[in-house]
Amino acid sequence: MFDWLMWFTHMENSKPLALVLFFGAFCGVVLYVFTGRRRSQRLESYKYIPLDDDDDPRQSSATRAEHHSQSRKVMDNE
Amino acid sequence: MAQSSALPAEQYNYDIVRKFTIMAMVWAVLGMSVGVYIASELAWPFLNFDIPQLTFGRLRPVHTTLVIFGFGGSALFATSYYVVQRTCQARLAFPWLAEFTFWGWTGGVALGALTYVSGITQGREYAEFEWPLDIAITLVWVSYFAIYVETLRRRSQPHIYVANWFFLAYILAVALLHIFNNLAVPVSLTKSYSLFAGVQDAMTQWWYGHNAVGFFLTAAFLGMMYYFVPKQAGRPVYSYRLSIIHFWALIFLYMWAGGHHLHWTSLPDWVSTLAATFSVILLMPSWGGMINGIMTLSGAWDKLRSDPIMLFLITSLSFYGMSTFEGPLMSLKSVNALSHYTDWTVGHVHSGALGWVALVSFGSFYHLIPRLWDRKIYSQTLIYVHFWLATIGIVLYIVSLWVAGIGQGLMLRAFDDYGNLAYTFIETVEFMHTPYVWRALGGAFFVSGVLVMVYNMAMTVRAARREQPVIEAKLAKA
Repeated sequence: MFDWLMWFTHMENSKPLALVLFFGAFCGVVLYVFTGRRRSQRLESYKYIPLDDDDDPRQSSATRAEHHSQSRKVMDNE
Repeated sequence: MAQSSALPAEQYNYDIVRKFTIMAMVWAVLGMSVGVYIASELAWPFLNFDIPQLTFGRLRPVHTTLVIFGFGGSALFATSYYVVQRTCQARLAFPWLAEFTFWGWTGGVALGALTYVSGITQGREYAEFEWPLDIAITLVWVSYFAIYVETLRRRSQPHIYVANWFFLAYILAVALLHIFNNLAVPVSLTKSYSLFAGVQDAMTQWWYGHNAVGFFLTAAFLGMMYYFVPKQAGRPVYSYRLSIIHFWALIFLYMWAGGHHLHWTSLPDWVSTLAATFSVILLMPSWGGMINGIMTLSGAWDKLRSDPIMLFLITSLSFYGMSTFEGPLMSLKSVNALSHYTDWTVGHVHSGALGWVALVSFGSFYHLIPRLWDRKIYSQTLIYVHFWLATIGIVLYIVSLWVAGIGQGLMLRAFDDYGNLAYTFIETVEFMHTPYVWRALGGAFFVSGVLVMVYNMAMTVRAARREQPVIEAKLAKA
């Protein structure tokens, strides 16, 4: 009943099969990534993620503390 | 679409990142100094002083372990913990477990170095830890995986940024490699025997060894590159789609290439050919990634004139490109017949380790330090000084070992008219003396640069600590 599984145990069968599967998967990834205008736009939009949480270390801590206190004053006045 | 909902810096766990950053620099100084010492031993053997603990055989694994796992590992822990928090906009999960990874990793590396000096080793390259330390490292690594996955799960950002894919692949692959390569039968607390024998043992060792390069020293540092290059450049990575192809191609191809370390041995010929084939194909994703990183600066090349951190990052990518060209070249059987068992291999490893791994880490740290301690870097000029010391050091190192290695290879296989070897072994050793002196000098340049960085970092941290009470007072007044 499970004799057909023996086919996979022969290296001359399993090696080309593995090649076809892996190469097929790779082609699938390439096609998925580079086809479809909207999908391409969506994927490219992810490259901005590291820039979303920008901070400015050139601004010294003291300046930031002042800025923090000023923004608090604005809120208090409101 | 990418979602922007940045959290203030206090909401991230920077304490653990600071600890790993400091320890990375401590290991860099120690590990690279040992490297210069053993390079000097090869040039001037009297430096062994007939003391077993100081011999090349014992200090060499100390050097590789402190640099790869101490410096490189700590740099990866620091940057991966930073990147996963920033790109997921979530605080690091399980802070107590993160502390455990710090003390476990630091303790493991330190104990490893002590055991090697005492002559306790498994004798497996880049995996010399004996079995009790292997088990301890496994526990640390599983904790690292749990922290990383849980932090990803808690993300506020819908998409997992590609840098995290590289980091996660490295964590998973290193776990797999570490466990299977270290399967052994312990016979005492300090001695074990590998579960594998003969050529299977060699194959397992180099499946591990090459993938340690592939996943620990390449994929993980690419994760670092995909975050810090765009961040420092202030512009997004050149192509996100290319980064996806880069990821899948790289992680698939690397696993098959280890056999090229065993050309012309009792390894079956087809395994050897398969490994060489995959090594050559690896050039494509490697260069794809390099181009993706370098082209991030497209339209802003002037930054290379004004930003020394960018110099570190882009030069590291150039060295990455160079060493990933040299690697496939050396994996060809005909080239390998000349290069293997010579110092060309050592030079190749260092063009990757110093040029790629160390420079991208330094560049990332220079970006990180002001953010971690909330203080401008002490001296921009010293970053330039470090960059040039490091670059001159690497060039001296790799050029001298090209001369040593290629010369050695040619001498070892030269025959006279009667079919006898043209040179005696000692003649090849004499030939290599001068390149070895230059190699030690190159290493000394590189370590000097690291010391300059440590000084710059220490002064930045000191200034930040001095400024802290003033800021707290201002905040209290407000």
